[in-house]
Amino acid sequence: MHNLNMTAGSLITGFLLLAIITGIFYTPYDPEAMDASARFAGISLAHPMGCDNFGRDILSRILEGSRTTLAVALCTVAIGTVCGVLLGAFTGYYGGWLDEILMRINDALFAFPSLLLALTLIGLLGPGRSNMTAALGISFIPSFARIVRSEFLKNSKLDYVRSARLQGAGNLRIMFVHILPNTLPVLMSAVMIGFNNAVLAEAGMSYLGIGVQPPEPSLGRMLSEAQSYLFTAPGYALFPGLFIILMVLGFGLLGEGIAEKGGRHG
Amino acid sequence: MKYTVKKLITMAVTLFVVSFLVYGAFSLMAGDPATSMLGTQATPEKVEALREELGLNDPLAVQYFRWAAAFLKGDMGTSYSYQMPVSRMVGDKIPVTLTLTLLAFLMVAGTAIPLGIYTARHQGGPADRFICMLNQAVMAVPPFFSGILITLVFGRILRLFTPGGYISYKEDVGGFIGYMIFPALAVALPKAAMAAKLLRSSVLSEVRRDYVRTAYSRGGSSRQVFYRHILKNALIPVITFLGMALADMVAGSIIIEQVFSIPGLGRILLTSIANRDYPVVEAVIVCIAFIVILINLIVDIIYQWVDPRISAEV
Amino acid sequence: MDELLEVRGLHIEFHDHLVPETVVHDLSLSLSQGEILGIVGESGSGKSMTALAVAGLLNRHDMKKQGQILFEGRDLLSCPRSQLRQIQGRDIGVVFQEPMTSLNPVKRIGWQVEESLRIHTELTKQERYRRVVEALQDAELMEAERICRMYPHQLSGGMRQRVMIAAAFVCEPRLLIADEPTTALDVTVQAQILRLLKRKNREKKTAILFISHDLSLVRGLCERVIVMHRGRAVEAGRTEEVFEHPREAYTKALIAAIPRCGKGQKGGRK
Repeated sequence: MHNLNMTAGSLITGFLLLAIITGIFYTPYDPEAMDASARFAGISLAHPMGCDNFGRDILSRILEGSRTTLAVALCTVAIGTVCGVLLGAFTGYYGGWLDEILMRINDALFAFPSLLLALTLIGLLGPGRSNMTAALGISFIPSFARIVRSEFLKNSKLDYVRSARLQGAGNLRIMFVHILPNTLPVLMSAVMIGFNNAVLAEAGMSYLGIGVQPPEPSLGRMLSEAQSYLFTAPGYALFPGLFIILMVLGFGLLGEGIAEKGGRHG
Repeated sequence: MKYTVKKLITMAVTLFVVSFLVYGAFSLMAGDPATSMLGTQATPEKVEALREELGLNDPLAVQYFRWAAAFLKGDMGTSYSYQMPVSRMVGDKIPVTLTLTLLAFLMVAGTAIPLGIYTARHQGGPADRFICMLNQAVMAVPPFFSGILITLVFGRILRLFTPGGYISYKEDVGGFIGYMIFPALAVALPKAAMAAKLLRSSVLSEVRRDYVRTAYSRGGSSRQVFYRHILKNALIPVITFLGMALADMVAGSIIIEQVFSIPGLGRILLTSIANRDYPVVEAVIVCIAFIVILINLIVDIIYQWVDPRISAEV
Repeated sequence: MDELLEVRGLHIEFHDHLVPETVVHDLSLSLSQGEILGIVGESGSGKSMTALAVAGLLNRHDMKKQGQILFEGRDLLSCPRSQLRQIQGRDIGVVFQEPMTSLNPVKRIGWQVEESLRIHTELTKQERYRRVVEALQDAELMEAERICRMYPHQLSGGMRQRVMIAAAFVCEPRLLIADEPTTALDVTVQAQILRLLKRKNREKKTAILFISHDLSLVRGLCERVIVMHRGRAVEAGRTEEVFEHPREAYTKALIAAIPRCGKGQKGGRK
């Protein structure tokens, strides 16, 4: 059987990464340069995706905006994963009263949509790119910690951990050398899903105006600016939206492909 | 019964933890309300006097319980920006957000369950393949973008509604619902796709169970076996998902309200965040949290009714 | 010939791999009214496939079936599914190996036992309920009315298997297919279940096709036995005869492998 999800996912993601990396070194125009004569310019050879209300080149802005989205999403997932793994590993492995208290809090937070948690944190910290990244990262910790904790709890009772202990391995060694690699398949799929949620959340926050601040371009921000000109310049909204969709779709398919592959071996 | 009581206690504990965390975080982070209330007239003596008057010198726990008791009585404090009771600002917004979420939920459940059943029963057929591909694509569309597309297609081109022309439920309930259908659709689309996909894969894994073979051995037709045996089992994970989706949609409607200019909880939350109007932010978040926790409780109760094994585990 | 069940040249092939895999090879057997026939063999010998084929439960697309399975003269392999369904549950009852997973976890016991009656009879609700309670009592379950309202996870393994037996017998079938019905159970419960099957056979004249890997069970229960190995019947005959004078080397090895108390390991293994 051919793994269609994997192929399609790799293609889309590869294409996007290529575009974003190119965008670091070269964009057709300065993404922030305004040109009054090109306001709402349609699709042309000079502007493949047209221009926005300030006459800025949309393609250039999308390239830079995708980079912002990607960077925020990566940082978010990194914060969530590292903190989640540490929290989950220690609570799952040691248990005890600390675990009990942290998990009660975690349960309470887990019942809470992560978007709302991120909004609460932004409400505390104030809007802006770094605050949003921190808020999103923190809001991802509970779900990661929960997954990692249950994996550690399950694994710490297995025979291979007992035999490692008999051979004199220390607790830290058992946790991060023996158990952690065994949680990777579960963790990986959580990271893939988390990444998608992060892209969507970043776009959403910036759309609401509490994420990336102008003039820095971001896909979500562009959508909210474009909304007022929906009828005059539909391309202004459609292209950034399409990029978000491609990003989420690519990673979604990739994640599914990986799960499919893992499922066949396991 | 014991299970329900247990769940009620869990709900109360969760509500306590969440509200305490929110209150504590805002008290610590928001700076001194006395200073900000006095503004330019702040002198150390005046600030101290006002702090004493507002009870800000008491321990955090005492302050929390005073705040929580007032909150339960409907007194949510006073807005910094508008100098009016928060409850008056928030109260009439709750039905708006709740209607939006419930409409979206009805759409999700109403489309995902039939679609999931259909695709699972016609697995591998052309319709199944098409719907699966469509699902994958729809899942990738963020609600605020589908909201924009819906505005463009249904609002501007087909003229089925006036974008930005929100009608209050106090004036015209029919018009209100008519307007809310479109934002609800935007919230519902990705969740419906996910739920349909989940139900399909859940059915396909249940089909292989031993009890299905038993049901066939009694002479049941595949239709009877599906509706009498498989469906209820396959719905169990879907119910969990729908509960989580419902909670997510309460939060997700915050964004959609912005797309469709609906004055709900999300709108007021965003303006308050921008104005650093902490009492309002706090109140809105606790209200949404209460709604979410209530939803979780309802899902837990339905869950036990569908899966008899649950109450045995408690 | 007045056989209840007659299998002629049954041949089952799987096509899910590149090379088709034959799991049952040219198998023939017959079973008359009220008789108990045992099929023994190790796992993978094709005995369970045979049982499923007779019960009409092998209908995967990647599978090829040849030969005839005549039940009261009607070929179950070639008759339309609607006719097969009328026989399943009414004339043929099945008891499976895993009583835990073979019962629907989210439906009440009473509902599950009642199912065959709902499908095959025109009885009223009250009459069906009476029959269900009788069937449960007949399967030696105490407090049948209370059990009707319970769910599978609230019962022990032995009780679940009694429920399965009650459900299989509720329409008073002429043939019961028991596919390793006691394998998942404790030894003491095993003996009770076998006594129950034997009593049912005696009282209702129900023929039983008893599938097991355990020779001592087969010896205690069955009048005739078929030994299967790699999809083929290697030996068949009256149970005593097969056990006393096995002709095939494989049968001898199987019999020699039965652990015995007291006596030494005479005969050795091959």
